[in-house]
Formats: sequence, C-alpha cells, structure tokens
Amino acid sequence: METKTKNNSIVLRLEDVKKYFPIRRGFFQHIVGWVKAVDGVSFEIEKGKTMGLVGESGCGKTTIARLILKLLESDAGKIIFQDRDISRFSEKEMKPYRKEMQIIFQDPFGSLNPRMTVGQTIEEGIRILGNKHAKTRKKSLETLLLMVGMSPDSADRYPHEFSGGQRQRIGIARALSVEPSLIVCDEPVSALDVSIQAQIINLLKDLQDQLGLSYLFISHDLNVVGYLCNTISVMYKGQIVEFAPSEDIFNQPHHPYTISLLSAIPDPDPDKKWHIKSSNGPIGDSDGFPEGCKYQDRCFMAETACRKDKMGFEKVGENHFVRCWKVDKNK
Amino acid sequence: MDKRPMPHDTALLRVDNLKVYFQSDGERARAVDGISFEVRQRETVCIVGESGCGKTVSALSILGLIPSPPGEIVDGEILFSGQNLLKLDEKAMQKIRGNQIAMVFQEPLTSLNPVFTIGDQLGEAVRTHKYMDTEALKRYMIQLLSDVGIPSPEQRLSDYPHQLSGGQRQRVMIAMALSCDPDLMIADEPTTALDVTVQAQILELLRSIQQKRSMSILYISHDLGVVSAIAHRIYVMYAGIMAEQGNADQIFRSPRHPYTQGLLASLPDLSKRGKRLYSIPGSVPNPAYKPKGCPFHPRCPHAILTCRKEYPKMCDYGHGHLARCPVLYEKIVHSK
Repeated sequence: METKTKNNSIVLRLEDVKKYFPIRRGFFQHIVGWVKAVDGVSFEIEKGKTMGLVGESGCGKTTIARLILKLLESDAGKIIFQDRDISRFSEKEMKPYRKEMQIIFQDPFGSLNPRMTVGQTIEEGIRILGNKHAKTRKKSLETLLLMVGMSPDSADRYPHEFSGGQRQRIGIARALSVEPSLIVCDEPVSALDVSIQAQIINLLKDLQDQLGLSYLFISHDLNVVGYLCNTISVMYKGQIVEFAPSEDIFNQPHHPYTISLLSAIPDPDPDKKWHIKSSNGPIGDSDGFPEGCKYQDRCFMAETACRKDKMGFEKVGENHFVRCWKVDKNK
Repeated sequence: MDKRPMPHDTALLRVDNLKVYFQSDGERARAVDGISFEVRQRETVCIVGESGCGKTVSALSILGLIPSPPGEIVDGEILFSGQNLLKLDEKAMQKIRGNQIAMVFQEPLTSLNPVFTIGDQLGEAVRTHKYMDTEALKRYMIQLLSDVGIPSPEQRLSDYPHQLSGGQRQRVMIAMALSCDPDLMIADEPTTALDVTVQAQILELLRSIQQKRSMSILYISHDLGVVSAIAHRIYVMYAGIMAEQGNADQIFRSPRHPYTQGLLASLPDLSKRGKRLYSIPGSVPNPAYKPKGCPFHPRCPHAILTCRKEYPKMCDYGHGHLARCPVLYEKIVHSK
C-alpha cells in the first residue's frame, strides 16, 4: 500500500508478507513445488477500527491470522505491530506482545478445553497478566463474564453445559482476559444461528466501543463484514485484490472478483433480482499461472494482456486500491 | 387443519400434522411437533429455521429414514402422490426412495464413499432402480454428469471423491439424485459447506434442472438469503412447529410471526451500519424442555399471558400467507 505515512493510529501493518508451503512428494520427500498461501500481502489496521478480510476457502485468510499471531513464521515481509517489526522476533522477544493480540476461533465447540471450567479457562489469562491475588482475580473474572453477557455463576460450569452462542461468549471473555489491543476474529459467527449471530456481532461492537479494541475480522459472509467493518480487504489466492472502505467495496467495486463475489450473495430482499455477474468456473489449482493475474481463468473481463502483465496494487480512489490490470489502465 | 388456497389433488407431497419424537434417557424430545406442509408439482418449497428446529427430521421422515428407536413418528400423515408413505413397508418404501423421491445432503464429502470411484457410486444408484447394460449405463452417467455441469465427465467417472472440489462433489450428488428422474428432490442444506460463488452456481443449476425436468424441490436451509432467491413458497419452522408460511414476498416484506420478524431484523448488512443490530434474546429451546404454550414466548416481544398457556393457532392472512401468532393477528385486525 502507498500510504507510508508514519501514523501512530496504526495498530498493525503488514508489508509484503509471504508464506509458501512446500509440496513434498516421494520417499525422500523432495520438494516438488510451493503453495503460495500468502503471496505478498500488505494492509494496515487503525486503532479502534475493524478491517474485514474476505475470500473463498483456501485463499489464505487463516494463514494470515496465524502469521500475525506468530503461530507461523512468515517467509518474507514485515509485520509491524505497535511500531515494531515482530516478524523476526524470537519466542522471548515475542512474549510481551503475545498478550497484546488474541484470537477468537470459528468453532465454539472445539476451541474450549472440555476439562476446564469456564472460570479456569478465563482465569488462566488473568494469571498470565500477573495478577497474583486470588481475590482480585476472581473479581476480574466476574467483570469479564458480565462484560460478555454471562452470569458470574457460570464460572464453575463446564463448556458442554453451554450453547454455541454462549461458548462463543466464553471464547471472547478468554481473549479479553489479557487485555489485548488487537483481536483476530477468525469466522467468529459463521457457526452460529442467525438469531445468535446478531447477539455476538452486537457484543463485539460494544466491546470495541468500550475498550477501544481493533479487530481483524475474517469471514466469508460479506453481509456481516459489510455491517461490522470499517475497511475491507478482498483476498484471492494469497493476494489482496482489492482494499477499500466498506461502503466503497459494496457501492463501487472495481476488481472483477469483488464484483462476482458481491453478485453471488443471495439477498433476502425479493425485489432485488439475483443475478450472478460472471461465468466463473470452479476455483482452479493454486498457481496454475506463473505469470499474470491469478484470477484470469475465472475472470469475465480477462484479456490476453492479463496473462502476462504483472499487476501492481493501484490506487483508484481515496484509500481504494485494486490489483487489476484492466482497472488501472482505464483510470 | 390449515386452509390451503389450492385444491389438494395438485399437491405432490402433503405432510399433515406430523409428529416425530425422540426418546432418550427417559426424556422425550419433541423434535417435530405437528407440522403440515405441501409441495406442489414443479414447485420449489423451502423450509427455513435454525439448527435443532426439526427441518432435517421432517425431511428424513418423508423418506422413512428416522432411526427407530430412538425416533418415533407418533402421529400424522405423509401423502406422496396420493399414498400414505407412513403405511408402506420397507420394500415398497425402497422403490420410492431414490426413485421417486431423491435426497441431496449437506456434506458432499461424507455422503460419498471415499474408496469407490464416482462411476461406481453413480452406477450403483442407477442400477438399483433401472436395468442397463454397461455401455448404456456409461453413456447415461456421462449424460447425467454433463447435465449437472461437470467438465470432461468421461474422465470424472474414474475419479475418486477426494479428487473433486466441494462444488463438483455436490454436483455429483445432484447427478446421483437425478439419476432415476425423481418427481421430488429433497435438498438438505446442499450449499452450506460451499463458498458463496460456488453456492450461486449450484443454486443456478438446481433452478435450471427444475425447469428442464419439471421436478419439485423441497429445499431445507437456514439461510434466508438463499431461500428468498429460489423459493416459490416458504415455511418458517421454530422449535418443531411451523411458525409461518407464505411466498417470498409475503415472508420477506410483511412477516406476520414475531420470530420471522426477528430473524429478518437481525440479518446484518451494509445498510444497517452504525445502527445496533436487532437480536432475538435468549436461545433456541432444548427440544426435550420446550416451553408450554407457544414455544417462542420466552423470546417474544409481543408475548402475553395466554401465549404461555395456549398452543397458538394458525391465523390466515389470505393468499396462502399463514402465521401461528394470534396476538399479532389481533393487533393487525384491530388496527385495520
């Protein structure tokens, strides 16, 4: 991204981050190729704001989440968190930053330890924060539970006693227990029912207003992202193909992939005729194209030039960037 | 039961007051508690509801696939082209299952056997109901696969399920369901596991198949967006009962049940930005401990004392639009 201005309001900035996974074959496990899971991704998240990351399954959304949290080492690029590049930090150097960033997972059933009570799960974080007194710990545990809309007496119960929505609240309380400044939300509402989904979305919004949290919100549901996020990055095969404020993504999408993604959302308004704006086929093998645009095989605007030209991430409007040869030639 | 706008003989499938209960650990879960619906010829009917509301159980009971015990069909009738499916024995049921009524499941990877090729599995489905020699069968299978939009179908026949993408697997499942030219296809959340773009393609495929084959589709989903895109008529289920029914216009523009209203209001989208999202308080009741009276009353903003005691009756708004909420009906009638 071009906006390189030193700005203190930026919590997290990724600069050309790459992560390739080797494909190994045969008895000796020779490397026969690479899966470019994340292929030069840059974006930034402002303090107290939410950035949405959307894309199909397998496009590298979750890999980005893991790279940011340093659950995976990136191969190249910078991950600047609170003005320090953490991408090459050792475990020890990383330690103080760990509690600054937390994650909320998609599956509220698999992400809580079934053998720990809710209280133990959440208290673990409070203890790490250095709170030594059992009494004050209990106090902050209660505050946390109330904050996420659960009664304090649920602390002594086990995860299986709760419904999916409640478990997601517990997961959120756990993330908050170390007082982070950035929370990565990896599809936090997609496993929930519609009526519960709205409760969790409201909760995430309230917490952001109260605590000034920043979110990286990963989702495949564009309606949720449009409602919740300030800015949106659209990802395709390891690259960000479009970045803009939410309104611009929805009202003036430029990249053909964004356009087809938006047209594929079935709208509950029966007035809006649902029409898919592309003849795109199934998602092809990763990296079928060593050159040119990664979207060329499914694109409804593809030309011969798309097969060769290397595309930059071009500015098309105020804080609006697109990776499409056709778009920046038109502008 | 309910007054329907169309005469009964045009209905291909008619479910009447179906009750399916599950018995476990001395508890009785009333998964489906007296639902009625019908699917007419060449019609796409959608059943929407949240998890645990009884959508899938209703679908499985049409095919006679409710495991018993613990499940039990306590009451009701399922009429399919005039005959009561609940009265049929297993042998007669097998002739209908797959042949006249076919089903497509949610998870295409688990519903295909990983150790057999696509050709093996598709062939088995065809041969169960039809006799064909090897050559004709192959030609037929290739035709089926190309009908559902699978590229180079001849090579796909010798592929294993893991070699196909999620969308392609679902296409194979649809091909399998189509193999015996069914009159009714039951699709249970067929696109839930898929990406939006792939989902759009599958829905488009279902729509074109239905037009070509003049087939009826019973589509089960929790996604209101999908439902509005494809349904002729919609049934909204909540905790084992039918809360509301009508066409897409009626359901989405003038919902008459507080649950439907709440669901629609709680859908996030760009236009609601900055505003607080409406959310239905509480959560779906456990089917074993359903509240008395109207099962929605603990979460309902309009609930009055009678809602706790009396099972709500269906109220008719005309033109096939019915909702099981007398309280709102009173309010609307009085305001007129």
